Amino acid sequence: MTAASAPAPAAPPRKAPTESRTGTATWSYIILIIGLVFMVGPFVWMLLGSIKPESDFLQASPTFLPSNPTISTYGRLFDQLDFPRFFFNSAVIAVTVTVGNLIFCPMLGYALAKLHWRGKNLVMALVLATLMVPAGITLIPNFILLSNLGLVNTYPGLILPFLAGAFGVFLMRQFMLGVPNELLEAARIDGANEFRLFFSVVMPVATPVLATLGILTFLGSWNSFIYPLVVATEPAMYTLPVALATFATGQYQADHGMLMAGSVILVLPVLIVFILFQRWITEGIATTGLKG
Amino acid sequence: MAVPALAQRRTAVEASSSASARAWRENLTGWAFAAPFVILFGVFMVLPIVSSFVLSFTSFGLRDLASPLGTTFVGLSNYIDLLSDRKFWSSLFNTFYFVVIGVPLTLALGLFIANALNRGVNKFKTVFRVGYYLPVITSIVAIAVVWRFLLNPDVGLINMLLGSVGISGPAWLADPVLAMPSIIAMAVWRNLGFAMVVFLAGMQAIPASLYEAASIDGAGRWQSFRFVTIPMLRPTILFMTVITTIGYLQLFEEPFVMTGGGPLDKTLSVTMYMYQQGFAFFHQGYASAVAYVLFLIVAVIAFLQFKFLRSDT
Repeated sequence: MTAASAPAPAAPPRKAPTESRTGTATWSYIILIIGLVFMVGPFVWMLLGSIKPESDFLQASPTFLPSNPTISTYGRLFDQLDFPRFFFNSAVIAVTVTVGNLIFCPMLGYALAKLHWRGKNLVMALVLATLMVPAGITLIPNFILLSNLGLVNTYPGLILPFLAGAFGVFLMRQFMLGVPNELLEAARIDGANEFRLFFSVVMPVATPVLATLGILTFLGSWNSFIYPLVVATEPAMYTLPVALATFATGQYQADHGMLMAGSVILVLPVLIVFILFQRWITEGIATTGLKG
Repeated sequence: MAVPALAQRRTAVEASSSASARAWRENLTGWAFAAPFVILFGVFMVLPIVSSFVLSFTSFGLRDLASPLGTTFVGLSNYIDLLSDRKFWSSLFNTFYFVVIGVPLTLALGLFIANALNRGVNKFKTVFRVGYYLPVITSIVAIAVVWRFLLNPDVGLINMLLGSVGISGPAWLADPVLAMPSIIAMAVWRNLGFAMVVFLAGMQAIPASLYEAASIDGAGRWQSFRFVTIPMLRPTILFMTVITTIGYLQLFEEPFVMTGGGPLDKTLSVTMYMYQQGFAFFHQGYASAVAYVLFLIVAVIAFLQFKFLRSDT
C-alpha cells in the first residue's frame, strides 16, 4: 500500500505543494503579524500609560507616547498606597499554595495510580467531578466557615482552601500511571518504605510534570480574584488584583497613570515566569488540555 | 488424619490473616498518601458544595453569620423569588449573550491563528506563541483595567485612533448597547491564545500523509482545512467548546472592573449578581440559590454539548 502510493506521483505533484506552501507561509506571516500587533498593543499601551505624567491625561487631544516620561506614578503606588505590602501578600499566598499543591497533589495522584486501597474509586470520582464545578458555588459556604474559624483577613484563610486543587490530582495521576512498576518494585526489594520510595524515587521522575503543575498553580493563585476579594476585606490583607480592582473602581478610578503602573506591577512577575518557562506552560496545556 | 487437617487449616488461617494484614497495611498506606489532600478537599470543596445546596433553602443573612446552624429554613422560597426577580433574569440573559457570541468567536479565531501557525511557519514560532498566549496568563483584573483605559472615550487609544480618521468614537462601556460587545471583544482577545495552543497541539497530531493525500486529490488550502483539519480536530473542538463555555458562564471580573454591571444592568452577569446578593446585601441564602442555578446550567450545558456534539459527526 505504501509502496504503491509513495513512488508513483512523486515528481510532478510534489512541486505544486511546495509552491503553494511558500504562498501559504507568506499569508500566514502577514496574518500572524497583524494579529500580534493587536495582541501586544494593549500591553504596550499599559507600559506607556504607566510613565505618562498626569498632564497628558488632561489634554484635549490625548497622545500615544508620553510627552515627558516619568516614573512618579510608581512612586505614588509606593508612597500613597501600600503596594509593597500587596505584592508581599500575593507572593506569600502564591508560593505557599504552589508548594502545598506540589506535595499533596502528587501524593494523592500516586495513591490513585499505584496503590490499592479501599475508597480509592470514590475519592477519584469526587475529585474528577469537582473539575467542572463553578468556583462561585464554594464561595459563600467557605466564607461562612472561615469567618466562624476566625480566618477572614488572615493568610491561612486565603491559603488553606487552595492547597488541594483537583486539577493537580488529575495531572499527577495521569503521569503516575505511566511510571513503570518495575521501578517501584526494585526500590521495594531494596527495602525502601513507601514514603521513602515516593520522595526519593517517584518525585524525581516526575520533575517535568511537577514543573508544569507548579507554574500553572503559581499563575492561577497570583491572578485569583473573587476569592481574595471576599476573604481579604482589610487593606492590609489585599492581594495585588484585589488592590488594583478596588482602587480602579473606587477613589482612584480616574488616575490612569497610577492604575497602569499598578497593572504593570501585577503583570510583570507573571511575564517573567512565562518567558522563562513558556515551553513548560504551553506543552503542559497542550498535553492535558486544561488550564490551572 | 486430624493432624494434617489441623495443620492445613492453620496454614489457611495464617495465609488469610497475613493476606488481610497485608490488605490492611495497603489500605493504611493508601490513605496515608491520600489523607492530606482528602481532608483539605473535603473541608473546602465537598462540604461547601453540599452546604451551598442546603443554604439555598434558608434565609441565611448577616445576623446568622455568628451562629450558622441557627438559620431559618424557608423551603423553595428563594427559588420562587428568583423566578420573578427581573435583575436575575437580565443577569442570565447577559451571561448567555456573552457565551453565545463569545465562545464561537474565541474558538474560531483560535482555530484560525493555530492553522496559520501550523501551515509553513517556521521562523519566529516561539515569538508568535508567546505573544498570542500572553493575555491568557495575565490577570483578568489588570487586563480589564487596561482595556477600560483603552476604551475610555476621552483619553483612550481606540477613540484616539478613530478620531485620527475623522470618526468620533462612542463611549463604549457607558453605552447600553455597546458595553457587552466591548466586554466580549476583550474576552475573545484574552482567551483566543488558549484555544490556539490546544488546537495547535491537536493539528500537530494529524498525520502529514492525510494532507498529502488530499493535495494529490486536488484539494486546495481551504478544502484540506475543511475536509482534513476540521474532522480530525473534532474531539479537540468539542472539548474546547465545553471548557470555554463553562469558563464564560462564570463571567465576573470583566464587568466588575470595567462597568460594575452597568450601564442599566446590561453587563450584570450571574456570578456578579450572586456576589452582590451575597456580599453587598448579605443575602447569602438567596445568593446560594443563584449559585446553584448557575451550577445546574453549567452541568446541563456540559452534558448536552458532550451528548450532541459528539454524535454530530
